[in-house]
Amino acid sequence: MVNDIWTIVWKEWHEVVFTRKNPRGGITYILIIIALLGIFMPLQFSSMWLTNSVQPILWSWLPIFLAISLVTDAFAGERERHTLETLLASRLSDQAILFGKIAAAVLYAWLITFISLLIGAVTINIAHPTGSFQFYPAGNLVIGLAFVLLAALLVSTIGVLVSLRAQSARQAYQRMSLALMALWFIPMLGVQFLPASIQSQIAGLLTNINPQQVVIWVGIFLLAADVVLIFFAGTRFKRTQLILD
Amino acid sequence: MMESAIRTDKLTRYFGKVHAVNEVTFEVPSGIVFGYLGPNGSGKTTTIRLLLGLLEPTGGQAHVLGYDTESQADQIRNHSGALLENTGLYERMSAEDNLEFYGRVWKMNTGDRKARIQELLSSIGLWDRRKEPVVEWSRGMKQKLAVARVLMHRPRLVFLDEPTAGLDPIAASALREDLENLVQQQGLTVFLTTHNLSEAERLCQQVAVISHGKLLAIGAPEELGERERGFHLIISGDGFTPEVIAKLKSNVQVLNVHQRDHQLLIDLKEDINTAPMVQMLVSSGVAVDEVRKDRASLEEVFLKMVEEEEKNGQ
Repeated sequence: MVNDIWTIVWKEWHEVVFTRKNPRGGITYILIIIALLGIFMPLQFSSMWLTNSVQPILWSWLPIFLAISLVTDAFAGERERHTLETLLASRLSDQAILFGKIAAAVLYAWLITFISLLIGAVTINIAHPTGSFQFYPAGNLVIGLAFVLLAALLVSTIGVLVSLRAQSARQAYQRMSLALMALWFIPMLGVQFLPASIQSQIAGLLTNINPQQVVIWVGIFLLAADVVLIFFAGTRFKRTQLILD
Repeated sequence: MMESAIRTDKLTRYFGKVHAVNEVTFEVPSGIVFGYLGPNGSGKTTTIRLLLGLLEPTGGQAHVLGYDTESQADQIRNHSGALLENTGLYERMSAEDNLEFYGRVWKMNTGDRKARIQELLSSIGLWDRRKEPVVEWSRGMKQKLAVARVLMHRPRLVFLDEPTAGLDPIAASALREDLENLVQQQGLTVFLTTHNLSEAERLCQQVAVISHGKLLAIGAPEELGERERGFHLIISGDGFTPEVIAKLKSNVQVLNVHQRDHQLLIDLKEDINTAPMVQMLVSSGVAVDEVRKDRASLEEVFLKMVEEEEKNGQ
């Protein structure tokens, strides 16, 4: 099973990342992202990039943009390019195909974020030298990478669910973008319509809240959402349905 | 007795009110090329999907390589290969990477994968182009690579769904030659769907004819000929008047007469002496240019069966 998942990851990366003709990926695209997250942003944040304890939550949003392009292509792209039925006619199990697609996007996003963070640390040391090597506090780094993993898993699983039913990668990408915009804007706009007294209560709560508590609650939310969505994706993945679609 | 690679028993699949496959029963012995002939939309692709366990039957059952298509579909897919309606190739990847991927899918070890890729690509003349992205290739080359992909893991049974469809005659002929060689070398069972009858006659030891989801006939191509074909007389010339045609139809040895431009096609009950018939035509004023007596081709048998089935359906 693990070997089969890795085989799908190998294929996804080869097709999307390492091919010259791919409009959604390629080494150039990855280098631009790494330059942005590993050089430009650390220079903007200065030494705070390494020390701010809220950084883990901020980092967790980064992989969304990395995983979307890969994951929306997962099934819709295969369907569009007429490769899906051949893949389904292979010996690979449903779980291997599904989890392989999710793993490819999660690892892609996680690895790029991890490399960017390492380069970010080097950038800070070069731009703002202190005489000794500066690095992320161990706790921040571990929590940050765990958040990146959970957030990438969340986005990838939503993306796979969208991609399972979309007729083309473009349609999947559009639906995914709408879903993420809704996820972001609905709570923000929703707060505006609340009575002023409740708004001030929320503001007070956010001001006084312990950052560690935020990290814990967001982590629990992401983990729960991941488990539910992975289970849901497992029930939605049906070979027969994919053939008929 | 030869072991069966495929055995179906009243295999049926409906899509709403459409009977895509309707109580189809047949057996495919191991080690042969089995042709599954039918016009577009006759149920050929649905049959393959049912045999691979990609679709569940509405009724009946099928066993492929001894495995039940409903409960052991994973075993069927493990031991077979399939070239479906599309090549299924990842066109942004190179030919080598496409084969490498499917070698990994079938858990071949690194050494075996490398050797097999070289063997297959060399045998179809594409080894020198292995690093090129497939998207740059012609349709014929892609189709050849797709056949190599199907054979990569040395399956016992392969399903080929109209492998020469859409190819120009030269590419189709080259692919047929490659197929013939590969099948001979590998000694496998091939389930080939096609509506190209000359292809079926050339490649297949047994054929089945399907139309509107129903199996119309099954047997060796020559056996079908004996059963269904009969003989016919083809006369080229001018002056085929309705009276002449009526006279021919009144002959007890004549089954049917079809007129096509400057040609008359006369279906005969058996291999009779046709000299008196030709003499009658000449004396009736027909300017005879050429006379040929022949057995009907598989194509003609096929067309006749499908036409009859359509008439019965109406």
